Amino acid sequence: MPQIFHPSTNTVARVTILGALVLLAGAGWAITAISRSGYVTGAKVARRQPVPFSHKHHAGQLGIDCRYCHTAVERVATAGIPPTKTCINCHSQIWVDSPTLEPVRSSFKTDRSIEWIKVHDLPDFVYFNHSIHVNKGVGCATCHGRVDQMNLVWQEASLQMEWCLNCHRNPEQYVRPRDQVFNMEYEPPADQVALGQRLVHEYRIADKGQLSDCYTCHR
Amino acid sequence: MDTRDATPPSRGVPDAATIDLTAIRARLANGTGRQYWRSLDELAETDDFKRFLEAEFPREASVFDTVGRRQFLKLMGASLALAGLNGCTKQPTEKVVPYVKQPELVVPGQPLFFATAAPLGGFGTGVLAESHMGRPTKIEGNPDHPASLGATDALLQASVLQLYDPDRAQVVRNIREIRPWNAFLDTAAAVMEKHRPTQGARVRFLTETVTSPTLRNQIESLLKQIPKARWHQYSPVGRDQVRAGAILAFGEPVDAVYHLDKADVIVSLDADVLGAGAGSLRYARDFAGRRRVLDEHGAMNRLYVVESSPSVTGSAADHRLPIRAVDAEAGARQLAAALGLDVGIPSEPSLPAEWVKAVAEDLQQHRGAGLVVAGDFQPPEVHALAHAINEALGNVGQTVAYVEPVAASVDQAQSLRELVADMEAGQVDVLVMLGGNPVYDAPADLRFAAALQKVGLRIRLGLYDDETSEVCHWHIPEAHYLESWGDLRAYDGTVTIVQPLIAPLYGGKTAHELLAAFTDKPERTAYEIVREYWKGRAGAVDFDLWWRKALHDGFVPDSAAPGKAVSVQSLAFAKKAPAAPKAGTLEVVFRPDPTVYDGRFANVGWLQELPKPITTLTWDNVAMLSPATAERLELSNEDVVEVRFDGRTVRAPVWIVPGHARDSVTVHLGYGRTRVGRIGNGAGFNAYALRTTGAPWAGLGAQLRKTGERYWLASTQNHFSLEGRDLVRSTTLDELTHHPHAAHEGGGHGGQDLSFYPAHEYKGYAWGMAIDLGSCIGCNACTIACQAENNIAVVGKDQVWRGREMHWIRVDRYYEGDLDTPLIHAQPLPCMQCENAPCEVVCPVNATNHSTEGLNQMVYNRCVGTKYCSNNCPYKVRRFNFYRYSNWDVEALKLVANPDVTVRSRGVMEKCTYCVQRINAARIQAEKEDREIRDGDVVTACQQVCPTEAIVFGNVNDPESRVAKLRANPRTYALLGAELNTRPRTTYLAGVRNPNPALAQKEGKA
Repeated sequence: MPQIFHPSTNTVARVTILGALVLLAGAGWAITAISRSGYVTGAKVARRQPVPFSHKHHAGQLGIDCRYCHTAVERVATAGIPPTKTCINCHSQIWVDSPTLEPVRSSFKTDRSIEWIKVHDLPDFVYFNHSIHVNKGVGCATCHGRVDQMNLVWQEASLQMEWCLNCHRNPEQYVRPRDQVFNMEYEPPADQVALGQRLVHEYRIADKGQLSDCYTCHR
Repeated sequence: MDTRDATPPSRGVPDAATIDLTAIRARLANGTGRQYWRSLDELAETDDFKRFLEAEFPREASVFDTVGRRQFLKLMGASLALAGLNGCTKQPTEKVVPYVKQPELVVPGQPLFFATAAPLGGFGTGVLAESHMGRPTKIEGNPDHPASLGATDALLQASVLQLYDPDRAQVVRNIREIRPWNAFLDTAAAVMEKHRPTQGARVRFLTETVTSPTLRNQIESLLKQIPKARWHQYSPVGRDQVRAGAILAFGEPVDAVYHLDKADVIVSLDADVLGAGAGSLRYARDFAGRRRVLDEHGAMNRLYVVESSPSVTGSAADHRLPIRAVDAEAGARQLAAALGLDVGIPSEPSLPAEWVKAVAEDLQQHRGAGLVVAGDFQPPEVHALAHAINEALGNVGQTVAYVEPVAASVDQAQSLRELVADMEAGQVDVLVMLGGNPVYDAPADLRFAAALQKVGLRIRLGLYDDETSEVCHWHIPEAHYLESWGDLRAYDGTVTIVQPLIAPLYGGKTAHELLAAFTDKPERTAYEIVREYWKGRAGAVDFDLWWRKALHDGFVPDSAAPGKAVSVQSLAFAKKAPAAPKAGTLEVVFRPDPTVYDGRFANVGWLQELPKPITTLTWDNVAMLSPATAERLELSNEDVVEVRFDGRTVRAPVWIVPGHARDSVTVHLGYGRTRVGRIGNGAGFNAYALRTTGAPWAGLGAQLRKTGERYWLASTQNHFSLEGRDLVRSTTLDELTHHPHAAHEGGGHGGQDLSFYPAHEYKGYAWGMAIDLGSCIGCNACTIACQAENNIAVVGKDQVWRGREMHWIRVDRYYEGDLDTPLIHAQPLPCMQCENAPCEVVCPVNATNHSTEGLNQMVYNRCVGTKYCSNNCPYKVRRFNFYRYSNWDVEALKLVANPDVTVRSRGVMEKCTYCVQRINAARIQAEKEDREIRDGDVVTACQQVCPTEAIVFGNVNDPESRVAKLRANPRTYALLGAELNTRPRTTYLAGVRNPNPALAQKEGKA
C-alpha cells in the first residue's frame, strides 16, 4: 500500500501544532497587554482640559497644598474639584487678563460651571473613598503619581482591580506616616516594610481579609 | 409594557381550579397542635401553589412568551457569538462639573438631612429628608417628633418617588392651553375686582382637611375681604365620624390622643390604630413597647380587636373577632352594658356573650389602664360609647387625653353637600379647589361633576392634571411637600414648619401662593407668608433664632394642642335599643387602600407594587369576602362580580380573605383612576362609584352577582413559599413564663454544626440581625424603605404575577387556626446571610461569596446570571433582573436613586446586603476617629423605618450589643436552622401573644 502522506508531512504537522500553540500564547499575551495598556485603562495619557491648568506650576513650583483646592479629601469620598471661586481667589489679582483664563472668568461671570474632563474615572460599581485612604497613611502620590510634575494631569496607575488589590493585600508596602501624606516629594525609606508593618498596626489598618472583601469597594 | 391586559399573559399553567373550602375546613379540623398556613392554595394543594413551592420562578420564568424554541436558539446563538464583544467597549469620557461658588455645607458625596413634615390626610408627620447635593433621595422619621419617633410608614417612604414622578402636572393651563403664572395672577385679580362689591357671595373655596395654621389664617383673612364667600372642606378619607362622635358624647368637638404606652388592655372597635391614621406610627411604637417580653418575668398588654376585614391592628391582636362593620355598634353597646353603663342592649347581639364578659372583666380589672378605641370609620354612636366606657373606667387622663381639635373642625360631608347644592342652584361663579380630587372621589350621590359644570370659573391646584383638573378652566401645578414652604400639625397638634428640599421641579405652586394671588400682594412667596405668620405668633425675643431652631428641630416647641376637660353629657342616644341590623344581608365596607390611600398615590410605582398587608395583592383592588360568604355565593378568587349597592354597580374581582367577617364585602378606595399617569391609569376599579353620603364607610343591602368573567390578580402570597417545618413560631405569654424554650418545642433548637468546610473565623465584626415576630405588625414599611434605600426596581403587574418582584425584604403572612377566625402572623424575610450559605458554593464565577464579617456578598459586576444561587437558596430571597427593570431613560427618575448603591442592569442577581453602604459609611467614620464601630452606629433601612422596632441590627461578636443579647434570648430561633444547618445570621424571636385565659380555653385550637 503506497504511502498517502509524504514523510515531510510529519514536520509540517509538528510545525503546525507548535505554531498554533505559539499563536495562541501570543494572542493571549497580546490581549493581556492590550487590556493593560494605556489605550484601554487610560493610564499615562494626558487629557486635554477646557483650561490648560498646570499642576506642575501650581502644586510644584508655587507649592500650593493639595487641600487648598481639593478641600474634601480628608472628610468624604470625593476629593472635590474646586469651584470656579477657588481659581478666582487668586486670579482676580494675578493674570487677570490672560486669554488662557478666559473660560474661568466667563464661568464666574455667567455662573456656569467649567466642565472638566474626568481623568480618574472608576466604573460606577466601584465606591472609592478618598478620606479613609488619606487618613490611613496612603499618600496622594502613591496613587496619583508626581502630580506636581505634570503639566496636564494624566492617570498614573492603571486603576484596574489588580492594582487596587495589590495595595489592599499588602498595605505595609505602601503606607507612609500621616504627616507625609500630602508631601509629594516623600521617598519611602529602605526599610519600608518594617515601617509599613508598624504603621499598619498603629493606624489600625484593617486586616487583609477585610480589605479584600468584595463589599469593601462594590455594593 | 401594559401590565393590565384583561387576560393574563400565556399563563403556562391551567387556571387554578376552584378551591374546595369544605375540604380545607375538614383538613384544618383534623390537624393537631399549632398549624400555620400561608394561603388557601396551600391548604388546597393547588397545582399553582406546588409550582411556586418547588420552583423558584415557576411561571415560565426562563422562556419568552412570544418567542418559540427555535427562534430562541437562533437568538441565543447570535447572542453567544456577540457576547465576547461586549467586553470590548472602552469607558466613555466623562466630565466633572464643579460648582461656580460652592454653597456652604454642601460637600459632594456627603448627604445632608433636613427636618420637615409630610402631609397625609391633612396631618403632618415629622421627617428627616436625606439630600444628596440638593436632591432628596430618602425619607427617614424625625426621632424628636412625637408622631414619628424616628419611624415612618410605606406612604411616607414612597413620597419621595412621587416628588420626581414625571407624570405630575408641569404647566399652568387655562382651558387646556399652556399659560404663564402671571396670566393666572391677572385672572385672580379680576375675580377679586368683580366679586368684591358683592362681598364674594358667589365665590367658593374648597380644600381638604386643613391643619396648617398659616393656610387657615390666610383663608380666614381672605374671607374677611369677601365675607360672603364660603370655605368648604372635603377629604374622601375624613374624620367626620370621629368629630360627630365627640360632639355626641361631649357636646363639642375634641380630638382624642391615646397613650398606648400606659394601656394594659386595649379594645379596638374596628379601629386600625396601629396601621393607619395620623398617630399610628406613635401608637404602634407605644404598643410594641409594652409587648417586648425578653424573659420569663415579662409582662404584656392585651389587645382585643373586633373588625370586619383584617387590618394590621387585627393581625397583631391577642383576640380578634370578625364581625360586620355595621354590627360594631351593637358590640359597643354590649360591652358598655356589661360594664354597667345605662345603654339599650341590641336584640341581636353581635358579639358572643362570654367574649363580652371576658373583655369587660379584663377592662374592669385594669381600670385606668384600659382603653377602648373606636375606628375612624365607625358611626358617631360607637365613638360616643367608647368615650363613655373610657370615662366610666377612669381611663381618661391616663390612656386617653382629649385636646382641642387639631384640624379646622367642620362636618365635611355636610360642607360638600352645601357646596354642591349651591353649585346646582347656579349660585357659584368662582370655585377655587386647593388640592383634593372631588370629581373622582366625591360621594356618588352628590353628582359633583355635573354640578361643577354650572360654575362659571373653575380653578384647581393639583399635583396631577387629573380627573378634576380636566374639567377646570385653570389648572395650577401644585408643589410637592418636599418643594414647599408651609406648616402642618401632627395628630397631637404639634406644629412643624415644612421646608423645601428642592426648588419646584415642575413649576409647582403651594396653596399659600395660590391664595396670595387673591390678595393685594399676589406675588408673595410661600416662604414670606409662612414666616410672617409665625413672626407674629412665635413670641420669641429673637425671631430669627426661633425660626432657625424650629426648622432645625423639625417642630415648634410646646405647640401640641392644649388639653381639654370634657365629660360625657348624656347617653340618651344609647338608651333605647337600636333597630337590629338585618342579619344575613350583605354589607359593603369602604376603606382607604393601604398603599394608594384615597387614590393620591395611584401613580407611585413603589406603592402599587407593594404587596398590601394581609391580602398581599399588588396593582389592584378587589372585593374581599370571607370564605364562608364566598362558599355561599359560590365565588372563588379572581371571579368578577357585579357589586350592587343603593342602585349603583361596579365590577370587581373577588378575593377570599380568611378572617374576614361573614356577609360583608370590603372594597378599597383609590383605584380605577383614569387620569393620573402611566402607572396608575386603569389599575383596579373605582369604588367611589358606590359610595354615598348616606353610607360613607359601610352600608347594608349590597348584592353580588357573579358575571362568569375572570380577572387575573397579581398576589404574592404564594411566591417564595417555603416548605413546612415551623417557619413562623409563636407562643403565649403563659407558655413562655412556664417554659422559656417553648418556641423550640417540636422545631429543635438548631442542629449540630456539621460541615466539610472549616468554620469561618471572625476576629472583628460579625454582623447579624434579630427580628422580633412578637413586635412585627406586618405593616410592610420595611419593604418600601429597602426599596428606596437600595434602588430596587418596579417590575409591573405581569412580572409580579410571574413571581419576579424585586423586593429584598418581603413580609410573609401566615394564618394559624381555622378559616373563619384565624390568627394572623407576619414574618419579614430579608436575606438570612447564612454562615453555611447554600448560594455561595454553587456560583460558578464566585460572584457571591462570604465576607470576613459574615456577609454573603453579592457582586453585580461579577455575576453572569446563571441563577444557580437562587435555585439553591432555601429562603428564596434572591432576586434576578430578568429585564432591565430600572428606568434609565427618564431623567427625573435618575434623581431619586441612592448614589451609594449600584443601579442594577439586566441579567444580574441581587439580594439584601444588610445595607452594606451604611456599614461602610459607619466603618469609615469610626476608622477615621480611630475607634470601633459602636452599637447603633449602623442602622439598616428596614430597622430605621420600623414603627415597632422589631428589627435590630448589629455586631454579634460584641456580647453587649442589642442584637447579641436578643440572639441569646430563649425565644430566638433560626429559620430552617435545624433542618438545613445553614446557620443564618438573621434570626427570629418567636412571636408572643397574650390571650385572656378566660377565652383561650374555649378558643383552644380555634
